[in-house]
Amino acid sequence: MSTAADGTPIDDWIEIHANGRVTVKTGKVELGTGLMTALAQIAAEELDVAVEDIDMAGPWTGRSPDEGYTAGSRSIKDGGAAIRRAAAEARQALLELATAQLGDALTVARGVITGPGGRRSYAELMGGKPFHRTIDGRAPLKHPESYSVVGTAVRRADIARKVNGLDGFVTDIRVEGMVHARVVRPRTFGARLVDVDTSALPDGVIVVRRNDFLAVVADREEVALAARAAIRPLWTDGHPLPPMDDLFGWMRRQVTDDSDLVSWPRSGDVAAGQRTIVRDYHWPFQAHASLAPSCAVADVRPDGAVVYTAAQGVYPLQRALAQLLDLPPASIEVIHREGSGCYGHNGADDAAADAAVISQELGRPVRVQWTRFDELVWARKGPAMTTRMTAELAPKGRIAFWSADIWTPTHGGRPARPDQLIAGRLRDGLAEPEATAYIGGGRNAQVDYDIAAQRVTMRWLRKPALPGSALRGLGATANTFANECFMDELAALAEVDPVEFRRRHLTDPRALAVLDAVTQACGWGLPLPAGRGRGFAYGRYDGTGAYVATVAEVSIVDNEARVERLWIAHDCGLIVNPDGLRNQIEGNLIQSLSRALIEQVRWDAGGLLCTEWDSYPILRFTQIPPLEVILIDRPDQPPVGAGEPATITTAPAVANAIAAASGVRLRQVPLGGQLR
Amino acid sequence: MFTINVNGVDHRVEAPGDAPLLFVLRNDLGLHGPQFGCGEEACGACKVLVDGAAVPSCRLPLQRVGAARVVTLEGLAEEGEPHPVQRAFSDEQAMQCGMCANGMIIEAVALVMRGNPTDDGIREALQDNLCRCGAHHRIVRAVRRAADELWR
Ligand code: FES
Ligand code: FES
Repeated sequence: MSTAADGTPIDDWIEIHANGRVTVKTGKVELGTGLMTALAQIAAEELDVAVEDIDMAGPWTGRSPDEGYTAGSRSIKDGGAAIRRAAAEARQALLELATAQLGDALTVARGVITGPGGRRSYAELMGGKPFHRTIDGRAPLKHPESYSVVGTAVRRADIARKVNGLDGFVTDIRVEGMVHARVVRPRTFGARLVDVDTSALPDGVIVVRRNDFLAVVADREEVALAARAAIRPLWTDGHPLPPMDDLFGWMRRQVTDDSDLVSWPRSGDVAAGQRTIVRDYHWPFQAHASLAPSCAVADVRPDGAVVYTAAQGVYPLQRALAQLLDLPPASIEVIHREGSGCYGHNGADDAAADAAVISQELGRPVRVQWTRFDELVWARKGPAMTTRMTAELAPKGRIAFWSADIWTPTHGGRPARPDQLIAGRLRDGLAEPEATAYIGGGRNAQVDYDIAAQRVTMRWLRKPALPGSALRGLGATANTFANECFMDELAALAEVDPVEFRRRHLTDPRALAVLDAVTQACGWGLPLPAGRGRGFAYGRYDGTGAYVATVAEVSIVDNEARVERLWIAHDCGLIVNPDGLRNQIEGNLIQSLSRALIEQVRWDAGGLLCTEWDSYPILRFTQIPPLEVILIDRPDQPPVGAGEPATITTAPAVANAIAAASGVRLRQVPLGGQLR
Repeated sequence: MFTINVNGVDHRVEAPGDAPLLFVLRNDLGLHGPQFGCGEEACGACKVLVDGAAVPSCRLPLQRVGAARVVTLEGLAEEGEPHPVQRAFSDEQAMQCGMCANGMIIEAVALVMRGNPTDDGIREALQDNLCRCGAHHRIVRAVRRAADELWR
């Protein structure tokens, strides 16, 4: 396998300083998952240094390698593989230096090489100089069986700082001469700014208005906030939205670009006694709802710019900002700083563009802090999807034919051009472009059940009802919801236990292993108290990623489903940091449970209705059930991402449990409130 | 001009009386513990201790602080030793992004100082503190650990 490191200089990835500390540079960003610690473990392992001796350097254009976006649960797989390769090459280079000085038969321990001629530390061997050597990908890699750092629960260095308020979030950046800005936007999209009444503004407020781009700026943050409340813009109506209660019907009536992911025709005739079953499943628009709204600081000068951002890709943002500001890309320094937990393409890029546009306008450094309104209304949404499932069930409880028709817009939309940034569209009067590529909606559209005749058709909407993009799991959430609820319905019609029904259609031993592990852990099949039910769901993320199997137990209290417990078995190959992995899985389960039960973006004719936490609630402490996480470690298998897989099976497991407990089959998310 | 006591030190700040304490702490005093999450007293990210009570600072006007003793995340440590709650959050790795950690720790400190809570009591006390990353169970474990250590 090739990595981003192959053919590049070691010095782009690893620096060994005279004081013995090691800097490891990555193009992957910390999204709040502990990625930097996991990458440091990989580097420490391959380089034979202590993990505490490593300082991770995050993305910074011109200084860190360009690894595109940090997304798609590929950070460990790709970013980790690159660092592993770079570290192995560095170790090889150090051994060659040591051979010249110390002779053969060398041993290495914690950054010190010992041989017949004595001992030298890495720092001594390097003498503060760079490696000047290209990574050719041939340096020997350690065998996972010999790992001593990878696979252990190393503690995150950032947490020790964060408990003391010491970590530098993007919100904490202050630069000399900086002013505070708030953007002013309606709760609709495509509205034009007709007029602005500034008569009630506090003293000392600057209004930045270009076309439909409107912002208020002040030396003090509370003045900018007060100005945002006092300014009276007059907007036109904006693009009409389809009626919310007809969203899924509207989606199915749109012009679509269709493509078959699979088309394996039936062979032979339909057997006697075969039944055809058709079911529809729906998934709503959902918000990232990061705990803190997006924030960015930009200092744009005539000859260049510095931008602090929590965006997922500093180089792609650099290129988009270059067009927006009409500056050469290399003159724009984009520096990543951690933001609130990031679960996809949220408002980070747009806030950076806002700050850049205002800073260019004023010729001063500007900090833009989005409000909760800005984040909930204007950050792109996880797109709604609607699916028609069809199956033919053969008499012996086998699926003879399976098909899915999936209506979805693209789950891409990351900014490469000004019209893909809010600031660009508003400032320059540009329309939101139509999708140029269809991304993400097909994740987990295809099941890995052993069914000979299948058809899976993507029906891509050219224009979504609301601006959308990647939200944790992308299409895999809605697709797994449809697939796994449908499997349960088929099992019930076949009068086969739902787990047994899946077992009959699975052959991959790793799939069967997660299924067995979770059903054993929960005691699947044991009698439950009255009013309780259990539901199961299985998936392999994006067809080639982690295997997950989830069981939910619910009770029905006052015509409402209460989730009592969730179990999950999780196999993402080699485990780099078991505690970090558990943390990720728990987070996925809680967030996806919140999405499954209560989350949906609402709107009316006047625009979006989710404008603060009350109108877009998420689960709170007392609503969160106990979780049981079973990790399956596979040191012989490459590590794949764990950022998203555990998200996809929660909603179907809960819906299946509700059906088991109440006899009512729910086919639309959010599942809460539907039994009344 | 107002004088407020933050983390045991009197600070003179030149800021409007209606400025939310959160902005004064962050922008005038350069503190980074309390974070802006909503500005609407709805998430807990901005909490500070005011005379020992955990309160949101995002809407608390500077002029109302008066002589109260304000303590932020940065001020919890004593003689360079982190507060047991801070240590427990680190020991339990009780966060993902950590944007909610300030409010969780501040609320937990106020809670464990009042007595030894049950696990349900911990969840009740943290009910108004939101976490989008789903670190809830770890947070409860961390508070449990700190409370047990203090009340053992
Ligand atoms: S920022 Fe104060 S409660 Fe949310
Ligand atoms: S850890 Fe990210 S919001 Fe709680």
